[in-house]
Amino acid sequence: MTDDVDRNRRHFLTVATAVTGGVGIALASIPFLSSLKPSARAQALGAPVEVPLSSLEPGEMIRVTWRGRLVFVLRRSDDMLARLDKVTEYLRDPGSDVVEQQPEYAANQHRSIKPEYLVIEGSCTHLGCAPLAEFEVGPADNWFGGFFCPCHGSRFDLAGRVYKSVPAPTNLRVPPYRYIRDDVIMIGAETGAA
Amino acid sequence: MARVESEIGKPKSGLLKWIDDRFPLTKLMKEHATEYYASKNFNIWYVFGVLAMVVLVIQLVTGIFLTMNYKPDASEAFASVEYIMRDVEWGWLMRYMHSTGASFFFIVVYLHMFRGMLYGSYKKPRELIWIIGMLIFFVLMAEAFAGYLLPWGQMSYWGAQVIISLFGAIPFIGETLVEYIRGDYSISDITLNRFFALHVIVLPLALIGLVVVHIMALHEVGSNNPDGVEIKENKGPDGVPVDGVAFHPYHTSKDLVAIIVFLMVFSFVVFFAPDMGGYFLEHANFEPADTMATPEHIAPVWYFTPYYAILRAVPDKLWGAILMGLAVFLPLFLPWLDRSRVRSIRYRGWIYRSALGLFVISFFALGWLGLQPAEDLYVLMARVFSVIYFGFFLLMPYYTTIDKTRPVPDRVVYHG
Repeated sequence: MTDDVDRNRRHFLTVATAVTGGVGIALASIPFLSSLKPSARAQALGAPVEVPLSSLEPGEMIRVTWRGRLVFVLRRSDDMLARLDKVTEYLRDPGSDVVEQQPEYAANQHRSIKPEYLVIEGSCTHLGCAPLAEFEVGPADNWFGGFFCPCHGSRFDLAGRVYKSVPAPTNLRVPPYRYIRDDVIMIGAETGAA
Repeated sequence: MARVESEIGKPKSGLLKWIDDRFPLTKLMKEHATEYYASKNFNIWYVFGVLAMVVLVIQLVTGIFLTMNYKPDASEAFASVEYIMRDVEWGWLMRYMHSTGASFFFIVVYLHMFRGMLYGSYKKPRELIWIIGMLIFFVLMAEAFAGYLLPWGQMSYWGAQVIISLFGAIPFIGETLVEYIRGDYSISDITLNRFFALHVIVLPLALIGLVVVHIMALHEVGSNNPDGVEIKENKGPDGVPVDGVAFHPYHTSKDLVAIIVFLMVFSFVVFFAPDMGGYFLEHANFEPADTMATPEHIAPVWYFTPYYAILRAVPDKLWGAILMGLAVFLPLFLPWLDRSRVRSIRYRGWIYRSALGLFVISFFALGWLGLQPAEDLYVLMARVFSVIYFGFFLLMPYYTTIDKTRPVPDRVVYHG
């Protein structure tokens, strides 16, 4: 009986059936996996937000949300801006060389469009905790004010630039934003009408 | 009419016969209970497998009743848990049994795993039992993590933020993967909804399936014992291992005592210390999730803290995540890391005994350190104990080879 079996033909049919079935399962998994992505509503809720800056005093910071993420808007005083120079040697990426962490227009020492106003995501680049604002100098060594993450001890300066030898690998992320008037910014939009 | 009795001795008539002709009821009872022979020298370490099953049942039953009142919606979740606690009759009991059950699950599972390490239960031919058991442990971790998000308290939210962010450390696909897990640009209502689905359907199904496979594999090769002696190698004329006694009624009646004692301890915690001073239910989780502010001090629930301490000990995001993952996965390879000729610690030399002792100390120390703030001295201590933790596993092929073992007896040691 078994001698009559065409083994090559059987082997070909087995492999062909398995491959066809496998391709079918792979294709059928696409809609299931895609349903896990942010939905149309989630994307719509991620629309840009407007933030007026006129009420901010020098040294004052407000917290806003964009796409459910925390964004810090800090108006830096002249003293704070002066401290950005002193801290350079303790930083991992003082010149904002890691391109993914900020739009092109914020890839500078102060990491913002106007030096005075810092717009930065309040999400530690280590594991996403919200860093605390610790703007005073000291008492820790080489601390010139900035953001401290309570979860795992990462430190960032007043421009959200990461210190060396902390768990966070990169500077805090600068979201896309632009000035729609002299004292109003739009977070999440780089172009288009207000 | 002639009746033919089969080897497994089916009853001759009645309801049982009717069933047995259609379903292997008697056969299953015999294979897994009345004619499953386990060693007669089991000690206290051998009750934690049964206790894990008891906790699983507690979690399933209380969980089902909690879903009848819980709402997986970011704007209602926290309030619905408070509603269960205050307004649903006996709701507080369901909730405290479930939250206490989560911690007790890990207590008994850790002890059950440690038993395996004491007596070399993972060694040949029980490698698969151990591997399936580790898979159960991984699913249990995922189940506990998903469940912790559901009350939507401060620690639920920020704990999930930290753990989900870990996946972002994976090169290239990390960010996309995180978006697939959250289903949003941040942890939101969408994330809560899918974690609910994972917690009440996907993971419990996997858990139950794996438990069945775990027990099937165990009953195929037979239970180990505190002497690490293979009782099947010494059978009497009836084909029954001379050192074995039937699981039912002998081991079941012993297990019943353990279950009663366990339920006494469990009830004490449920009724008098359901938050266990902040270890079982963290105080920060009694505040609703605030997406604008991380709690000053963030720590996972106690059963994850050893791994969390390892994560924090590494001053690099990717390596921290890799080492934490490795710390969780390494025990999976114990059957091949352990080169000793004997199973049980009773016949091992001082080297393995010291190594196991150091491992236990480092596990407890890391667990404690994971609860402390990420300050210099604590981080330094966490590094020292992480090295010991990894050393235990990675140096094992070496030290178990040179360790002097004592001769193993032919029969189990039994002082009856």
